[in-house]
Amino acid sequence: MLPAAIINGVMYGSIYALVALGLTLIYGVLHIINFAHGAMLMLALYAAFFLFRIFSIDPYLAILIVAPASFVIGYVLYRWGIGKLSKGKDQNILLITLGLSIIIENSALFFFTGDQQTVSLSYSYDALDLGFLFLSYPKIISFVASLMICALLWALMSLTDLGKAIRAVAKERQGARLVGIDVEHIFAVTFGIGIACLGAAGCMLLPIFYVDPYTGNIFVVIAFTIVVLGGMGSVVGALLGGFVIGITESVGGLLLGESLGQIGISLIFIIILIFKPTGLFGSRV
Amino acid sequence: MPKIPYFSTTSRRKFISRTSATIALASSGLSIPMIARAATPVKIGLIHPATGWAAYPAAQLRYGALMAIADINARGGIKSMGGAPIEALLGDSQTKPEIGAAEVEKMNEAGVHALQGCYQSAVGLASSAAAAKYNIPFSIDVGVSDKLVQRGLPNVFRMADGYGRIAKDAANNLGEINKATGSKAKTVIIVHEESEFGTGTAKLMTAALKEHNLEVIDSIKHANPTRNFDNVALRIKSAKPDIIMPINYPGEYVLLAKTLRQQRVDFMASYSVLGGGFNFKFVNDMPDIAENMIDVNHWYNPGSASGQAMRARTEADGKYFTFEVYCAYMSIMFLADGFERAGTTDSEAVNASLAASELEVDFMPYDKTNMVNGQNMGSRAVAIQAQKGDVQIIAPSKYASANAVFPRG
Amino acid sequence: MSRNGAVMLLVSAVVLLLAPYFIESKFYLDVLTLIFFTAYIGQSWNILGGYAGQFSFGGVMFFGTGAYASTILLTTFGVPPIIGIFAAIFAGAGLGFIVGYMSFRSGLRGSYFALITLAFAELLRVLANSVEFTGGGVGLFLTYAPGLHNLQFDTPVGFYYFSLLLLAISILIALWLERSRFGAQLAAIRENQDAAEALGIDTLRCKIYAIMIMGGMGGAAGTFYAQKYLYLDPPIAYSISLSVEMLLVTIVGGMGTVFGPLIGAFVLHIVNEITRHFLDTPGLSLIVYGVILVLIISYLPNGLMGLFKSRSKASDDAGLGPDETGGASKDA
Repeated sequence: MLPAAIINGVMYGSIYALVALGLTLIYGVLHIINFAHGAMLMLALYAAFFLFRIFSIDPYLAILIVAPASFVIGYVLYRWGIGKLSKGKDQNILLITLGLSIIIENSALFFFTGDQQTVSLSYSYDALDLGFLFLSYPKIISFVASLMICALLWALMSLTDLGKAIRAVAKERQGARLVGIDVEHIFAVTFGIGIACLGAAGCMLLPIFYVDPYTGNIFVVIAFTIVVLGGMGSVVGALLGGFVIGITESVGGLLLGESLGQIGISLIFIIILIFKPTGLFGSRV
Repeated sequence: MPKIPYFSTTSRRKFISRTSATIALASSGLSIPMIARAATPVKIGLIHPATGWAAYPAAQLRYGALMAIADINARGGIKSMGGAPIEALLGDSQTKPEIGAAEVEKMNEAGVHALQGCYQSAVGLASSAAAAKYNIPFSIDVGVSDKLVQRGLPNVFRMADGYGRIAKDAANNLGEINKATGSKAKTVIIVHEESEFGTGTAKLMTAALKEHNLEVIDSIKHANPTRNFDNVALRIKSAKPDIIMPINYPGEYVLLAKTLRQQRVDFMASYSVLGGGFNFKFVNDMPDIAENMIDVNHWYNPGSASGQAMRARTEADGKYFTFEVYCAYMSIMFLADGFERAGTTDSEAVNASLAASELEVDFMPYDKTNMVNGQNMGSRAVAIQAQKGDVQIIAPSKYASANAVFPRG
Repeated sequence: MSRNGAVMLLVSAVVLLLAPYFIESKFYLDVLTLIFFTAYIGQSWNILGGYAGQFSFGGVMFFGTGAYASTILLTTFGVPPIIGIFAAIFAGAGLGFIVGYMSFRSGLRGSYFALITLAFAELLRVLANSVEFTGGGVGLFLTYAPGLHNLQFDTPVGFYYFSLLLLAISILIALWLERSRFGAQLAAIRENQDAAEALGIDTLRCKIYAIMIMGGMGGAAGTFYAQKYLYLDPPIAYSISLSVEMLLVTIVGGMGTVFGPLIGAFVLHIVNEITRHFLDTPGLSLIVYGVILVLIISYLPNGLMGLFKSRSKASDDAGLGPDETGGASKDA
């Protein structure tokens, strides 16, 4: 069952990577630990859910709506929200994002109730038969879509002027300002991109999971582990880190049981932090 | 099969307006009866995890309790106390034992005469212990740990089953179903969540199933929450058990069911015990997956007119008729009956009256109430099965509304 | 501390000591007990986070480990909690040493340090679920048996004084820190660790001492909780919510101040109660709570204590907390 565990790990890992991608950009560039990351993932899941329930839009197609909308929300939230209110102090940003997560979670509870929601697509149970494993179509689509988004983001960061500006701001805030880069704008754009990744992740997660006001938190610790493992700010790091963590979780579950198997994630987290805190791909900071 | 809207604003408004009177009274902190009656209200405090991961069950529990209170008041309240109306005080335990216990203190100060709660056994334990200091009658509406009724506290009662009796009922029902089809099933794999609920019930089931010649060949423990069940599904697939027995919470219950289907795992039946995710919503949302799944749980008696009426009312309000609704309703009935026979709110008398209760709950498949050390021995859990988009009781035969489809089609 | 400050402190202490005699309401006593408990555990976070400048997201691990230590000693070996609490303190401090040594020795700072504490807490939670002697996922049940040797009390008054005692000790520790050389060293590390190192301060040792104090304090809190609520399981012992609460009350109240955690605990609890009182629908009150939280932090960036003191120290502008360099220096 090991090959099956590894493949499953890679599949899930690609989605974890997408959740981590948003976090690694936001952390790598803005140095913010976003406590509201889980809550925003939850909103993305609900967005995909309602688009499906009310307008019958397939969650994977919904990415085309949810991701751009998430970008706009993220941009606005940072530019005229977090950025302004925190006055740049790190611990205040922490608490503001914490307050934000409380507001978002409880708004979801108030408007959507605590009831768990799932979706069943017409192809939810169609699968590729590998003999030792059935690879369901939603998982395959999620995997491919995640790779595509990671590739897109990598291209953005490495090949475009915007990407250069983002990397410049991440490396040297003041210097970037001096050469005329609008730092606040870049911060907001980066935050927006991070939230857009969450938007996409939510759409991809919905068919293979469920949503309630507290679902987002289930993926947050994993996301943090991947960010540190891959190196803060690194897109490639997030993807490979995602695979590593996904495989660790899966193989750990196989060898130690689904309860104790979770320990692999914490162990990797600790080991990486102690021996190579800058992660697999070094810090882009 | 009524088409249940996912989210109904009318129902929410109705719910709020119906309870706004009681809420206003509760919030005001005053104990002035809002209606000019001679009798002072009998106050019952409801403590549930209204915010947090268990918000949905809490909302259902509140709904059921408030429905019962409204019905009792509409029939004239507690007649032996001059028609005293029941007044609800709403408390939020926020899923934490310490907050539940604090709510007990708050409600005690507000002059509460009885308490009901808490969904989570840990919160129920702490809250009922806090109530014991003041000897306030405490009715557990939902809470399966048997520790709740093993502490020798004279103020704690539970109308529904705990996992000890449910495990026995579950094993007996499975044995009965299995025998009826020539004892085809021999092996079982249990998939349970890691906390007291899952682990405790799993242990009891393993022992109880032996007596019916069913062997538990594997007991798979999983975390809360679990993100994916692929390994578990593959493990089950290679072990080829006849029966799969999930004992877990709603999110994982549904995920496991979906994964088993995705991996084309074959088995005679999915037979869950206290399956968190098995309810009308599950059957409605995922009829293909749910078809022929069996659960042993608190369930109402569909053969009773009052049960059908309650279900219709609940669904008309845009809600699913989950076990929390009728467990809470029955628990309020139990408390009200205790006050009725005691004729007073004096806690000593009420506790004695509750201990002697012989209440018959028409909408539940129960015998006459018989409290032994706070546990109702007349309760029972029944085996229910999803059949063609509806849910039928398949065991015990006395309450069965349909034959079991076993092995599943 | 100024003379006025000392007088105020004395008066407050007397008021709190005598409170049970004129507060009839057991509920309010219980509320105060919870506030004191939160303030106490917030203060433990404050020692490492506020005074030494090392943020942690895993503070709950000391609480949980201490709770398990004294509870296992009680349920398995019959050791009375009045002795067990010292084992809990010892266990908490010991854990603090291990985590501190491993983390600080590797040069972890800022967010990296904060995250590794989170990882340790998670690790312990998963382990506690799987090990027999912690009761695994089932948890540990304590029997109700009031008595001082059991640190159990049959009225809220007993726990009130217990928590008040813990709170008083935590305040004394903070006061001591503000006056002592050790405290000055921590402050130097907080402001600029490399400069402090250059000045000859053994930053590794100081930080380890600080986390051990935090650990010991957390351990005692664990015993308090276990004896009051009589049940312990891995989610109660190691879930992130307590870690968040301890940093929340401290930052809102004012990091690096003696009374910050207490003020933060009071205000946040009152806001919570008031919003729940007026907004009964689940979730609505917490939305307002979240908004108020954001507003408090936005307008009082130094926390509530900032209202009492006009601090214009350079430290305010330097950005306390996660080291801006965001990285780890391997050569610690």
